[in-house]
Amino acid sequence: MKELVVISGKGGTGKTSLLAAFASLANRKALCDADVDAADLHLIMDPRIKERYDFESGHEAVINSDMCTQCGLCRELCRWNAISEDFIVDPIACEGCGVCYYFCPEKAIDFPLKTCGEWYLSETRFGPMAHARLGIAEENSGKLVSLIRKEGKKLAEKESLDLLLTDGPPGIGCPVIASLGGATATLIVAEPTVSGRHDMERVVELAAFFKVPAMVCINKYDLNPDMGQAIEAFARERNVTVMGRIPFDPVFTKAMVQGKTIFEFDDRSEGSKAVKVIWENLVKGLETSTCREQS
Amino acid sequence: MIISIASGKGGTGKTTVATNMAVSLGGDVQLLDCDVEEPNAHLFIHPVINEVKTITTPVPEVDMEKCNLCGKCGEICQFKAIVVIGKTVLPFPEMCHSCGGCMEVCPEKAITETGRELGVIERGSRNGLEFVHGKLRVGEAMSPPLIRKVREYARPDVLTIIDAPPGTSCPVIASMKGADFVLLVTEPTPFGLNDLKLAVGAVKILGIPCGLIINRSDMGDDKVKIYAEKENLPILMEIPFDRKIAEAYSRGEMIVEVMPEWKEKFLKLYQQIEEMSFHKNH
Repeated sequence: MKELVVISGKGGTGKTSLLAAFASLANRKALCDADVDAADLHLIMDPRIKERYDFESGHEAVINSDMCTQCGLCRELCRWNAISEDFIVDPIACEGCGVCYYFCPEKAIDFPLKTCGEWYLSETRFGPMAHARLGIAEENSGKLVSLIRKEGKKLAEKESLDLLLTDGPPGIGCPVIASLGGATATLIVAEPTVSGRHDMERVVELAAFFKVPAMVCINKYDLNPDMGQAIEAFARERNVTVMGRIPFDPVFTKAMVQGKTIFEFDDRSEGSKAVKVIWENLVKGLETSTCREQS
Repeated sequence: MIISIASGKGGTGKTTVATNMAVSLGGDVQLLDCDVEEPNAHLFIHPVINEVKTITTPVPEVDMEKCNLCGKCGEICQFKAIVVIGKTVLPFPEMCHSCGGCMEVCPEKAITETGRELGVIERGSRNGLEFVHGKLRVGEAMSPPLIRKVREYARPDVLTIIDAPPGTSCPVIASMKGADFVLLVTEPTPFGLNDLKLAVGAVKILGIPCGLIINRSDMGDDKVKIYAEKENLPILMEIPFDRKIAEAYSRGEMIVEVMPEWKEKFLKLYQQIEEMSFHKNH
């Protein structure tokens, strides 16, 4: 079983719309939404949730005021300024390091496990799907990403499917790192803008750092063809396979509004034609273990 | 006053709003780009950088001459960042959250702290606008400590505009906490609305007043507006889709540069925010 992770560096370049479009085209696949912070894939996949689980991760300090003598040691040791002058822990500032809990001479601090999200195993019209929801303002998104990818793989293996399509988060930090580890390859969705180029370069570097073969496609190519070419040149220089160009096409927004993939909405649109070419290149790219440039 | 510009969904136009507002207001303004994973504001501001600082976070270093392998450091660490294996202690600096627990608990005082590089902070200016951003080192997982360092540059005597990262988890909270106002930039699509609701949830947890900007306001549907009305969220600006704006953006140009008439709108936007936070405080 292979796993393709779609990432972008910059947000809003079209990761989720593209992944949904690939789901329309791919045979024998499972889906995984690893953008647990701001998950959107379900808005197109309309999953029927079959199993639901709490995501428990990390701890949080709670001071028991009846036992607290206000000695101040916890405030002195806490590096997050999470404990107020009247000895109440700010759950948002608390890092869950447990230093206060460990050192409190009165044993007045509890350190319960936190529930910081939910995750789901679902069925969709395109196959099984693993997805999650991180609680608002919660931590440990990287751990939830790792968990949901593992569950996605299990879903695919259970039904002997060939491919896991994973929608990754934006950025280059902990959730992105967690979404790349052990992936067969990653597709970077870039856009031909100064920001798109800058962010794509950093995410290419990240994929190289973690030794994940990278491929790139450029969305909204005609917005700035010169910039698009510059991005492709950079990609080739770094041995990142260029998979194709997608024109700016309102079909993406129109399909999204109706909760459809672009192929379900209009499979003859310019956007759909371009994505089909990219998908064919991706299939070839995934077949070879080293993802070299398509000729 | 601190105004944080956030969104939930990525690519909705946070940086566009932050840079255009900062440049429109001119002097006595500082722009802090806290999207340290993918900072972009400098690509539009073109600041002259005059200070570059490498930022580190403390991680443990063990003196094996002093260590008696008691294992207390591994016991206190919640992040599996230090373990005793056989006759040695292995710190995993990339897992460390810098709480200092291992150093504090070590009975032999065998642990001291060294630094793990988080990234750099660059500071500069353009036409009187003060500019600061953080750049997370590629491969570094934790952005909140670097974001907090960028925020230390906020000065109370001027207006601070913060360009926040997308999402709703810890890096976003680190960029919004303590702000006087949060400006949420969204787009009128199902993805935009879904992520906006999450972002509004985060702003509510922090108890900060907020308002909306709808970008590409003529694409998609009207569900964001219906939601805003129901939640009593003021829509402070709408930016229609304009290929001219999109193409200028692609070249690193700001709206106020290609369409100077927008300067007035960004000034008015700031006035509205000022009035709203004034009413809240008085």
